Amino acid sequence: MSSVAPLLDVSGLCMRFGGLLAVNEVALQVAEGQIVSLIGPNGAGKTTVFNCLTGFYKPSAGSIRFRGEEVSGMPGFKLARKGMVRTFQHVRLFKQMSVVENLLVAQHHHMNTNMLAGLLKTPGFRRSEKEALDRAAQWLERTGLLEFANRTAGTLAYGQQRRLEIARCMVTRPTLLMLDEPAAGLNPRETADLQELIAELRSEHGLTILLIEHDMKLVMGISDHVVVINQGCPLAAGTPEQVCCDPEVIKAYLGET
Amino acid sequence: MPDSFYYLLQQLLNGLTVGSTYALIAIGYTMVYGIIGMINFAHGEVYMIGSYIAFIVLAALALMGIESLPLLIIGALVVSMIVTSAYGYSIERVAYRPLRGGNRLIPLISAIGMSIFLQNLVRLAQGSRDIAMPNLVRGGLDIGPTTGFHATLSYMQIIIFVVTLISMTLLTLFITRSRMGRACRACAEDLKMTNLLGINTNGIIALTFVIGAALAAVAGVLLGMYYGVINPYIGFMAGLKAFTAAVLGGIGSIPGAVLGGLLLGVAEAMTSGYFSAEYKDVVAFSLLILILLFRPSGILGRPEVEKV
Repeated sequence: MSSVAPLLDVSGLCMRFGGLLAVNEVALQVAEGQIVSLIGPNGAGKTTVFNCLTGFYKPSAGSIRFRGEEVSGMPGFKLARKGMVRTFQHVRLFKQMSVVENLLVAQHHHMNTNMLAGLLKTPGFRRSEKEALDRAAQWLERTGLLEFANRTAGTLAYGQQRRLEIARCMVTRPTLLMLDEPAAGLNPRETADLQELIAELRSEHGLTILLIEHDMKLVMGISDHVVVINQGCPLAAGTPEQVCCDPEVIKAYLGET
Repeated sequence: MPDSFYYLLQQLLNGLTVGSTYALIAIGYTMVYGIIGMINFAHGEVYMIGSYIAFIVLAALALMGIESLPLLIIGALVVSMIVTSAYGYSIERVAYRPLRGGNRLIPLISAIGMSIFLQNLVRLAQGSRDIAMPNLVRGGLDIGPTTGFHATLSYMQIIIFVVTLISMTLLTLFITRSRMGRACRACAEDLKMTNLLGINTNGIIALTFVIGAALAAVAGVLLGMYYGVINPYIGFMAGLKAFTAAVLGGIGSIPGAVLGGLLLGVAEAMTSGYFSAEYKDVVAFSLLILILLFRPSGILGRPEVEKV
């Protein structure tokens, strides 16, 4: 790795559920501006790693440093305020709220939520409301959802819901975006669009991205660095080319061609 | 119009009066359930404490020589809402928050413990005997013929309708229009996701307890004045009735709680009016059993869809 301290530095991460060691000594470094992918067979513990990183689980051992600060076991909302947000394997939108409301809720902590200011509609309150709406509109436009702004989120098509989830992450103004199988259930065209969007998030918005994905074309196409885990243990790490050729990885996950 | 019509109208008015206060209490159950999926069985006690605070405030204001009726009622409402809000917040902080994330039964048992604790706290502080609330609002409007049988809408009933309507309008505006309300709705849909988007969900949960407690206090003040008698045990039955109302309307749904409360109140009044007052609780809880058997999600509730 480079001499600059990585944005996210995970070392010796272990997660134990009773007698099951789901994650064993996983290490992971993500430098600012990188796209790093975490791959491995089903049940390898990829999502468990994500859950540890986002405060869902308190890791049994190991350290998670974000910008040099130890964050393991920190509640999710504090991590989000520090700039770490994630998506899930399945869509977790607020389905009964409108599309634009989904994006406004995500900006809650950036806005002035003072009840009195809200009642009096002070200039500061109005300004922050307008900013939030502008930001929401900007991301709806980018993800091609602007025309659906007032629709109930649950009525959108699946691919649109996935895009809305990414938009909802983006309005929180993150520095590290963690995507858990963003291409699951998308058709090849939608996956290609997604790849373009992820690349753009990095190049134009300076985002650092950590990705869990099974679509190897997507992973190999955009990753700077790939980490492979198998049965909770780290198996290999390196550039996409290195990982692709690693006999251990081929045996455990990619399969002979 | 025949006498029977006015008789029916009278029962309906009485039912809607009691029903609207059930609805106020039921909102507290339904909001908490909607967000953290637990039944706050100490909620009925908060209503009872609201009644006691109202009694204390009315007595204190009377000692100070204040006789203006609006001032008395508003004073009782405001002080009672503030004090019970503190109770609501503390109950959540002490009895539920430390237990969150564990088995669902644990906070339920904690709630029952909290309920017994609060009941006995008031019993020790205020005595267990009935206390008569001062009858401040007398008289009413007669509907129907001046001679013979007619229905009466008492001024106290009018006050109950007006205050309930104002409270519910304010709540609706808060939930649908304000930022905090938006965050509340997000929490009700997906608590964990809301947390991961940077919202302090513990704060939102505490807020729902505070709102629920304040509304229960409104019901406590109004119903205390309406019935004229309070004791440390009124919270138990009122809590059960409001819980029934919340389940009837569909627990988790605020309009459902209101509808359930009104329906339950009317059903009770009709039973008392046409059958026998002794059977009104039987009817109320039979309704609960029927709804649980035939439509467990309630009238306005959405059936629980298995998450895939």
